[in-house]
Amino acid sequence: MSNETILDVKNLSVSFKTPNGEVQAVRDVSFSVGKGETLAIVGESGSGKSVTTKALMGLLPAPKGYIKNGNILYGNEDFAKLSDKQMTKYRGKDFAMIFQDPMTSLNPTMKVGTQVMEGLRMHRGMNKEEAKKEAVRLLELVRIPDAEARMNQYPHQFSGGMRQRVVIAIALACDPKVLIADEPTTALDVTIQAQILDIMKDIQEEFETSIIFITHDLGVVANVADRVAVMYAGKIVEIGSVDELFYNPKHPYTWGLLGSMPTVDQREEELFAIPGTPPDLLHPPKGDAFAPRNRYALKIDYEEQPPMFQVSDTHYAATWLLHENSPDVQPPASVQQRIDEMNGKWEAGK
Amino acid sequence: MSDEKLLEIKNLSQHFKTGRKSVVRAVDGLNFDIYKGETFGLVGESGCGKSTTGRSIIRLYEATSGEVLFKGENVQGKKSKKELKKFNRQMQMIFQDPYSSLNPRMKVIDIIAEGIDIHGLAKDKEERRQRVYELLETVGLSREHAERYPHEFSGGQRQRIGIARALAVKPEFIIADEPISALDVSIQAQVVNLMKKLQREEELTYLFIAHDLSMVKYISDRIGVMYFGRLVELASSEELYKNPLHPYTKSLLSAIPQPDPVHERTRRRLAYNPEDHDQSEEPEFREVSKDHYVLCTSQEFEEMQQQAPV
Repeated sequence: MSNETILDVKNLSVSFKTPNGEVQAVRDVSFSVGKGETLAIVGESGSGKSVTTKALMGLLPAPKGYIKNGNILYGNEDFAKLSDKQMTKYRGKDFAMIFQDPMTSLNPTMKVGTQVMEGLRMHRGMNKEEAKKEAVRLLELVRIPDAEARMNQYPHQFSGGMRQRVVIAIALACDPKVLIADEPTTALDVTIQAQILDIMKDIQEEFETSIIFITHDLGVVANVADRVAVMYAGKIVEIGSVDELFYNPKHPYTWGLLGSMPTVDQREEELFAIPGTPPDLLHPPKGDAFAPRNRYALKIDYEEQPPMFQVSDTHYAATWLLHENSPDVQPPASVQQRIDEMNGKWEAGK
Repeated sequence: MSDEKLLEIKNLSQHFKTGRKSVVRAVDGLNFDIYKGETFGLVGESGCGKSTTGRSIIRLYEATSGEVLFKGENVQGKKSKKELKKFNRQMQMIFQDPYSSLNPRMKVIDIIAEGIDIHGLAKDKEERRQRVYELLETVGLSREHAERYPHEFSGGQRQRIGIARALAVKPEFIIADEPISALDVSIQAQVVNLMKKLQREEELTYLFIAHDLSMVKYISDRIGVMYFGRLVELASSEELYKNPLHPYTKSLLSAIPQPDPVHERTRRRLAYNPEDHDQSEEPEFREVSKDHYVLCTSQEFEEMQQQAPV
């Protein structure tokens, strides 16, 4: 992993036009991705994590969805300003995507081999022979046994885990610089999930691919991520290295996410659940959107959106609790206990 | 948890015909008991037969062979309408998908009261309405929700409606088939907390079917691990996690990612290969240490007994 930034997203806002008005799905989001780095974006459904990546790929459903503001800087280009046609040069080539559901992201009427070859012939100008050879190599890379024979089969002849491998092979076909994986393992069993994560990590090591990994599973985040961004109601509320996020979380929403997942060692009477439901982004609340569900909310949370407070060089959190004038608030006991336990392991592992 | 057996599953098999000659043995000779007041967790990967087991117990499927005894009476087999009604009142189910398990054309009050109507549990309309209000409040919704339709609710709220519907007939036993898999993490915790609270207050017994092992461990008293239609291990949840004996259980436990980066950097995954077992001997379900059962051959049994702390 190097310090070279490959993708820089600045103040991105994405909205959707609906009959009831404008839904502000992503609100002023900034982050960057380094070369060979994995950034995990965590959040609940409706937090804007998928919409953010769709905006990066230029896949917002036009004309309903549009980039309202901000820049998506990649090399000398600003994706936010490119037309759909101009984006085709990058989409599927420099930027590839793996979707959640391997059952629906493959064409059921096309042979698997043909689907892998498609990108090779289109973006890399290979002829049929070359493309076929390369496709077999890619299928072997994602560890599909007997790849040559599998080329002539259809998706229904593959299991869920094998299909997801095919999807990864297609994504890798054009040697992408950035791989966007939207919940790639959510539909899979744990043992298969572990295999897919291993494959993705090996590929990253070999090709120095940058990965944006979207998930709601904090276990998976701990496994794959170098850095983590937590999203809530269209905003990044906390961002930092994976260790900072898990061992020194600062935002009450991050506390809530950590607390609502039992660890294997844990057995208390009650989980630390976040009460209530996320806000309606048709009318985002004034101030901090998380305030109504936040048991540590201050008066100012209902009036003014907290800025990103700096915790360390790499760690930022948008909560007024980090303001110098705020009362000293510690995470809830159950979360603090986990953090202490994890810290113990962390110290021991150093 | 008491010593009283609420449910005894004896040699339960559920085979499906998939062609003229081919048969899928979704559930193959299952034996276990569920005690009154406990939560029994059933885990396994997709296709291992855990949902089929749940559905056979509640008679959504007619079992191919075997018995399901509820308080000593067989649920399976020929039943008169009256007998069926009696069972249905005592056993209820909560489904995985809160979107497809509620009729979109019915109001919440009618969805919840359906069981009340069938079993004639309310004297008049007023009592019926009051009972639904009570149930809504029990599951953390409010009485204003009664006149609305399912599409007006979020996933977590719908799952609460599903729970209220199951509770309406005052059952003793509830089968929850992946009740939280479709929900967001923070909402999962809400629903699990609610289920635990209801268990204490209403003295319910649960069969909790899931693939999320950390949640199963948290909610269950005992856990059964299924693989290819058979139980391979059964123990208290504490024991199963601390001292897994069957190689499949070990492999499954080693595959769960923990929300702890340092742990993740050092985690070693164990692979399971069913061919590692001695193929010449048919494995049996044996008690290796007290209340800890494993599907194993006689030689494996001896080895495990030496390993197991007494």
